[in-house]
Amino acid sequence: MKARHQRLSLIVIGLAILGLATYLVLNALEGNLSYFFSPSQVHNGEAPKDHVFRLGGMVEKGSVKRAEGDLTVNFVVTDNNKTMAVAYTGILPDLFEEGQGVIAQGKLNADNVFIADEVLAKHDENYMPPEVAAAMQAGKEAAAK
Amino acid sequence: MQSKLFNWFKFSSPATFYPLAGSIARFSWLITLALLAVGLYMSFFVAPTDYKQGEGYRIIFIHVPASWMSMFTYLVMAFWSILGLMYNTRLSSMMTQALAPTGAMFAFVSLWTGAFWGKPMWGTWWVWDARITSELILLFLYLGYIALHGAIDDKRRADKAGAILILVGVVNIPIIYYSVEWWNTLHQGATIKMNDKSTMDETMKITMLIMTFGCWAYTIAIAMQRVRNIILEREHGAQWVRELIGEKA
Repeated sequence: MKARHQRLSLIVIGLAILGLATYLVLNALEGNLSYFFSPSQVHNGEAPKDHVFRLGGMVEKGSVKRAEGDLTVNFVVTDNNKTMAVAYTGILPDLFEEGQGVIAQGKLNADNVFIADEVLAKHDENYMPPEVAAAMQAGKEAAAK
Repeated sequence: MQSKLFNWFKFSSPATFYPLAGSIARFSWLITLALLAVGLYMSFFVAPTDYKQGEGYRIIFIHVPASWMSMFTYLVMAFWSILGLMYNTRLSSMMTQALAPTGAMFAFVSLWTGAFWGKPMWGTWWVWDARITSELILLFLYLGYIALHGAIDDKRRADKAGAILILVGVVNIPIIYYSVEWWNTLHQGATIKMNDKSTMDETMKITMLIMTFGCWAYTIAIAMQRVRNIILEREHGAQWVRELIGEKA
């Protein structure tokens, strides 16, 4: 075995061990690295109780209700399986709308309503011009009829 | 060995690589200028407005190429680090050293433009989600390499220490890339997928690819220029460098 092959095998073994260690660490951290909980996870009791956490999902169509006189907004977050009522007082980001992804930070109150003190919009990976979006929407409606 | 058509090892000597790096740099600058001119024009005037984000989405034309380059440059540095450790060639380590500042710059641009996009779109400059945090670690890896390499006076030892740091950090690259799939993150998933249909308008995609190749050519050009300076600095005792400098002085 030449010296340079010896060095190469040393590098390869080192990288393999490092990769394995990283894999084990990431496996152990699993859920802790997630930025938010889905409504289903909250229903299963995976989210911490009496503690601030983040809730993520889609804003359910037709669920957004704005209060008269102040900035309070009530809406429902869904993951197409379970839903969760959210109340928030403050200014919403530009991309916030019904049917759009959202991440709220806050905690559950006694009535199982999620009281958010921060709401962020989660954008999806789709980029297209407005004409295409309109055409796709029309196509979807035609298909639904 | 010598029966090969072309002897690559000829260019592992700094003295023979120096003029070659010069021509590669000149050629790459021309490509960079052409691609960035076309790419920027298309970014601002040709690519259509996004249906949801309006004009603000145009920041992806610099954000995405910068993020890709920050990851790719790191992989190239890891490649040169392995060659450097394996063959003990000086030039490999010089290439690693020459790429580091550019990689750091792209990592910074990626985070910076991401913050500018995040404020209006998400409603926040910064969150500690997996994608963004791992990209920040990448920036720290670049800065750590530059600092470590600069802190050791014996350049051959600095090369070795730096190469090991780079190789240890390479586990971070798949973490950045797959973070949006492995965990729930605020950052959206990949738009351009390797083995699936991408979810982006054609014109937008072409514009983004032109910008990416522009950044690629820029990285080659600037790294080649930098490696020429590093060669001159580190080989300053060599006969050919003295002759070169003597000619011009």
